[in-house]
Amino acid sequence: MQVPAPFEYERATSVDQAIGLLERLGGTARLIAGGHSLLPMMKLRLANFDYLIDINDLHPELGYIRPGRHELRIGALTRHRELLESAELAAAFPIFADAERVIADPIVRNRGTLGGSLCQADPSEDLSAVCTTLDASCVIRGPGGVERIVSMEEFHVGPYETAVGEAEMLIEVRLPVRPGGGSAYEKVERRAGDWAVVSAGAAIWLDRGVISDARVGLAAVGPNTTGIPEVSAALRGQAPTESVFARAGEIAASQCEPVTDQRGSADYKRHLAAELTKRALRRAAERARS
Amino acid sequence: MQVTMTVNDVEVTREIEGRLLLVHFLRDVLGLTGTHWGCDTSNCGTCVVWLDGEPVKSCTVLAAMAGGHEVRTVEGLASGAELDPVQQGFMQCHGLQCGFCTPGMMMTARALLNRNPDPSEPEIREAISGQICRCTGYSTIVRSVRWAAVHEQTAAAQVVETTESPAAGEISDAGQPAGSPA
Repeated sequence: MQVPAPFEYERATSVDQAIGLLERLGGTARLIAGGHSLLPMMKLRLANFDYLIDINDLHPELGYIRPGRHELRIGALTRHRELLESAELAAAFPIFADAERVIADPIVRNRGTLGGSLCQADPSEDLSAVCTTLDASCVIRGPGGVERIVSMEEFHVGPYETAVGEAEMLIEVRLPVRPGGGSAYEKVERRAGDWAVVSAGAAIWLDRGVISDARVGLAAVGPNTTGIPEVSAALRGQAPTESVFARAGEIAASQCEPVTDQRGSADYKRHLAAELTKRALRRAAERARS
Repeated sequence: MQVTMTVNDVEVTREIEGRLLLVHFLRDVLGLTGTHWGCDTSNCGTCVVWLDGEPVKSCTVLAAMAGGHEVRTVEGLASGAELDPVQQGFMQCHGLQCGFCTPGMMMTARALLNRNPDPSEPEIREAISGQICRCTGYSTIVRSVRWAAVHEQTAAAQVVETTESPAAGEISDAGQPAGSPA
């Protein structure tokens, strides 16, 4: 039987109270939301904390999807299942539903949260790739209600490492809304619900039949989920054709840093990066047109 | 620390360690060994119970996190002596071989039918995709869930007919009314 090492359990009653606890307990404490990444790591002693602060009671405060004219805001404690089932989210960013369908399994999705996924900062994590693709901003709150907003590039400092400080908490993710957009997510996994061998997210914006902007985010091919700015540069001003998408795939493959492991060789992953980028862009463009 | 939760409609209070997992609380502290414990890593799904009506993998939930909440296990599936239609379906369609995954499968199936009283085969397979039957008896599991869905809808239709007639009798034990998923 695998159980975590002993720790003290605290339950937060509000965001600011949770931050107050973090401030008092420092690096010996960790927030726990869904817990489906953290608890397995604690069972395996890959992570140990003296205190766990349960924030699940904050769901009324932090579980929401709020569409707006210029940005869509998602509370950090919004669960995978809520993201998958949100019609508003699917209408604005179909990439979310694409990704959610291949994240773990329906039962795990009942517990896991957006904020937990991003804060876990696993380089193979799907929602991190989605948020990278969509150029999301992360709202981080600290003591005294002070908030700062960082981009996904700034948010993920390294594998399993984020910009969130010891007495801070990710509270919201903001996604810029622009007209004429479409998005999609493609993933290759070894079995249902597994981590990605490689996955690719794509977002594309069309203006009078021409790509006005495009973004690609890859997972599992580097120390963090990776945005590929070179792809955006190559796509802007082009017509959304197969040859343009193939070129974007080649760029993605050359720009990523896969390693050989039990999920596959670096060469295979590079091949997937190209192919999945192409497919995701193709599907994102179809959606942008419709 | 002290934790209080409702398990199968009964309020329980126990002194526990913060690190105790819900699956071990149910099995070792409460003696509810119907909930099985398999892989320890949220993969196999034998430990599925409900937390506030939603299936969760209880090997990855702290017992403390269930404090103040409502837990339902396979022991709480039947209504008294009457088996839940899902349990009947597993009997009728041989939905179990070794039986190890069965409690978790049944809890997931019941939750699925509560949300979707008429799930298709792909929908059933999707619902149980986070659970492993090591006998690979998935076909009969899917058939069992379908049996329960059909049986329940038929029973519900009969209830509607009975209530519409002037000689309507006692209906409270006959199941959910048609078209109103719990």
